[in-house]
Amino acid sequence: MGKTAQKLLVSMVGSLRDLLPILLVVLFFQFIVLEQSLPNIGRLLTGIVFVILGLTFFIHGLEQGLFPIGESMAHAFAKKGSIFWLVVFAFSLGFGTTVAEPALIAVAAEAANVAASGGMIEASEQAKSSYANGLRFTVAFSVGIAIVIGVIRILKGWPIQWIIIGGYLLVVIMTMFAPREIIGIAYDSGGVTTSTITVPLVTALGVGLASSIKGRNPMIDGFGLIAFASLTPIIFVMAYGMVI
Amino acid sequence: MDWMNSIFSELFEVTLSTVTDVLPIAAIIFGFQFAVIRKKPANLAHIVSGFIWVLVGLSFFLLGLEWALFPIGRLMAEQLTNPEFIHGAQAGKQLLEQINWQDYYWVYLFAFCIGFSTTIAEPSLIAVAIKANDVSGGAIGVWGLRLSVALGVAIGISLGCYRIVVGDPIHWYIIVGYVIVVIQTFFAPKLIIPLAYDSGGVTTSTVTVPLVAALGLGLSETVPGRNPLIDGFGLIAFASLFPIMSVMAYAQLSEAKSKFFEKK
Repeated sequence: MGKTAQKLLVSMVGSLRDLLPILLVVLFFQFIVLEQSLPNIGRLLTGIVFVILGLTFFIHGLEQGLFPIGESMAHAFAKKGSIFWLVVFAFSLGFGTTVAEPALIAVAAEAANVAASGGMIEASEQAKSSYANGLRFTVAFSVGIAIVIGVIRILKGWPIQWIIIGGYLLVVIMTMFAPREIIGIAYDSGGVTTSTITVPLVTALGVGLASSIKGRNPMIDGFGLIAFASLTPIIFVMAYGMVI
Repeated sequence: MDWMNSIFSELFEVTLSTVTDVLPIAAIIFGFQFAVIRKKPANLAHIVSGFIWVLVGLSFFLLGLEWALFPIGRLMAEQLTNPEFIHGAQAGKQLLEQINWQDYYWVYLFAFCIGFSTTIAEPSLIAVAIKANDVSGGAIGVWGLRLSVALGVAIGISLGCYRIVVGDPIHWYIIVGYVIVVIQTFFAPKLIIPLAYDSGGVTTSTVTVPLVAALGLGLSETVPGRNPLIDGFGLIAFASLFPIMSVMAYAQLSEAKSKFFEKK
């Protein structure tokens, strides 16, 4: 118990240091550039304390829970040797973590507004919500596919750059044909899919797989899953915009 | 005692929404663990308590952001992009005919600073940096990675703001960015490439996205001739592209440095 407390204290100092830059930026712009006072100081200070506590707990839980389970599952799948189940797991992890992602829900709703104002769909609530849902499932599906491709790449040991560069080429080609309104959203959707819980899990899965398969280097083969997960949504969202 | 009550009720709400976020993930993990792998993980109690720490931590973190950072950050984004602030109070409307991109210097500086500082605090980047440091046996420093990613995000977002002000189409920037990434890939040390590609996706999550989105929307609403629906998007894309370049550049620089010292 004492050991945990000590560890938490050390990492709390770290969290404080991580947040210091934001505080400095906010204070500088508020006082020096905008020349205004801080509203609601009590709430603000409580909020800062919460952020520091939260970051500390999160990092602690990360090392205790998320990393170990990700790696132990990767080892277990590698030992079991069933590619089928590994692929099913990879897809569910990608799809399941993305479909409920709040940032994605927000972006999809926004995209429906854009599509309605661009005349691509009707401006009714119903049309918009079906468009937004379609987009959300498209992105979640694409992330599932991405993790599957990434996992197969780790198993086969393909070099990542050819797949990613090929993906970029596809994005560039599709950009020329996709409706102009969808392009910004498509590019953004690559960035919003990967949440704070997904990233550590997926990273641990990749590194765990690469280190339990003979002949794979965890550094070269283990990373890269997130890269696929940020690339495929761009392609799928543009395709969605072209089809609908 | 009133504010104590409100803290608890808000904390409860945030925890509830975090639980709904985490639940599908936990269901998938434990479902596969018990149905497919059919083996109890070695230290189950440890792992479950880790999940609880993550849950509690994330709830506190999000609530704190909602209280301390987001309102003031959004307010700042609005104020800094306000035409009165940019062109001076009395100049007002007649200047709006022509836009000088230089007038927006505070916006670029704010974009740079907020991009850098929020990336340093981004929990998923911390996670990846810890892992990379582990796997590389310390060759890739936690801080080296975090600082170079943060620098990439900062440059990306300021350039993205410049793009909104001048109104260039986004795809030229992104395509040129891809070309640079492809060229760098041929020259960067092999070990860093997957990590560099990854760092594009990890930068933009809980802290950065809401603030950057507010900045983009605020800017495209106030710059004359910009449509927030079309031009307001795209900052996230810049923030995910530039870290790829900066991480590869970091690896190239540190390789060049060690070669230089070897020769000596």
